[in-house]
Amino acid sequence: MADDDYKGPVPVPTPETQDFWDGAKRGELRLQRCGEDDCDDVIFPARSFCPGCGSRSVTNFTASGKGKLYSYVINHRPPPGFGPEPHAIAIVELDEGPRMMTNIIDCEQTPEALVLDMPVEVAFTPITDEISLPKFRPAGG
Amino acid sequence: MEPRSVAIVGAAETTELGRVPGLSKIQLHADAALNAMEDCGLKPSDIDGVATAGEAPAGIAHYLGITPTWVDGTAVGGCSFMLHVRHAAAAINEGLCEVALVTHGESGRSRVGMDRFGGSPASLAGQYEAPYGLSGPPSMFTLGVLRYMKETGMTHEQLASVSVVQREWAALNPRSTFKDPITVDDVLNSRMIAYPFRLLQCCLVTDGGGALILVSKERARDFPTKPVYILGTGESVETPMISQMEDMTTSRAFRVAGSKAFAEAGITHDDVDHVMIYDAFAHLPIYGLEDLGFVGRGEAGAFIEARNTAPGGPLPVNTNGGGLSYMHSGMYGMYALQESVRQMRGTAPAQVPDATISVCHGVGGMFMASGTIIMTNSD
Repeated sequence: MADDDYKGPVPVPTPETQDFWDGAKRGELRLQRCGEDDCDDVIFPARSFCPGCGSRSVTNFTASGKGKLYSYVINHRPPPGFGPEPHAIAIVELDEGPRMMTNIIDCEQTPEALVLDMPVEVAFTPITDEISLPKFRPAGG
Repeated sequence: MEPRSVAIVGAAETTELGRVPGLSKIQLHADAALNAMEDCGLKPSDIDGVATAGEAPAGIAHYLGITPTWVDGTAVGGCSFMLHVRHAAAAINEGLCEVALVTHGESGRSRVGMDRFGGSPASLAGQYEAPYGLSGPPSMFTLGVLRYMKETGMTHEQLASVSVVQREWAALNPRSTFKDPITVDDVLNSRMIAYPFRLLQCCLVTDGGGALILVSKERARDFPTKPVYILGTGESVETPMISQMEDMTTSRAFRVAGSKAFAEAGITHDDVDHVMIYDAFAHLPIYGLEDLGFVGRGEAGAFIEARNTAPGGPLPVNTNGGGLSYMHSGMYGMYALQESVRQMRGTAPAQVPDATISVCHGVGGMFMASGTIIMTNSD
């Protein structure tokens, strides 16, 4: 069920990112890995080559969905469609290496509760029938 | 670029700054450009090179009645004008034009004749950043600062001291928007915008513009103004998505642009008399001082708190009051350049005595881009 309350911007997939959003809809966090033996970089956001070595040999895979809280701000002036309460805009560093912007859910939105380097795990929030946003919550909660 | 081969001979801001609802964005460009031409005794027909951001160079050239042989529309956010100065110097040295005009104008506060803000939902930022409840730069540019604080031990008080010191500089500048003294407590008790950033750690939103005119050092002798020579230049870009910076506690673009400019100028940090570091938010002078190499990793907060960059300190930084207190239209880089020119001409309201080398460092697009221009009044 999509979140009928969501009024924010809705991502529009491109051919390169379609696998990511298809995965998100299934509840999987999809990343890419370079196919070159001497590179092996993990790539995000998706593209059809490796920015580390230039190789066009990349494969998509399902990531662990685990990471840690790298940094954040607590936005006290949420934009229209995001409710009146301050909420954290966070950067999570995935166990596989890449970082991504996200929100932290199932957690008080305070400096005391949002502790840098705390373990988090992915939790997908459907916002339309096609798009689910990867968000994160404290791991093991 | 050969140091001192090109000089700034015309420099001016708009006649009014702050709240200027009677002028549209393009007219703010034009007002600044006409003031810069008047500054050095030129007419539009004397200019054959145009660089600008926020408007297309064709729009500015036609609006002003210029027939250019060289244009540059590099648009990388607020430091675009540092890159324009660098590119203009190269164009003059290469003979692509003789008299280059760089313009900025922005109706940041009154929003007269401004474009709408926002990218495509199919862009990478539209897919991977926009859906998380962003409220523009205050909630994005600041995202790495808690990480920086954890890794370096910088305190909230040290971060707040940036705003306090710059307000002291602003008090010396009659054109500053805010001049009243503030304390660290004032900063830390001001309204929360995006934790850990409070209102007094965020820049102003104002209307204004500025323009620069550059010529070769040989042509510079023909002008009534004191030439301000380009000594060294650098530029770089990293990523348009702040979440994808390789390290959110330091800017790769700052390091690349800064080291290139210092190497080209052939100077060391001890040679520098005056510094401008684009300060849309209070952490930028901290990142700038470290990434340019003026202090070591994690030292900038304590350095500023100890008044090293304040009036009377050994390294004057942001002597116009900065984006935090002087003015900030949205793309502030032009005003940092204007203050460096004033300091090199000896005409700044808060003049640094006997200053001969000024480092002017800009950021664009929330750590997307950077440009560094080092100027001197010594030939």
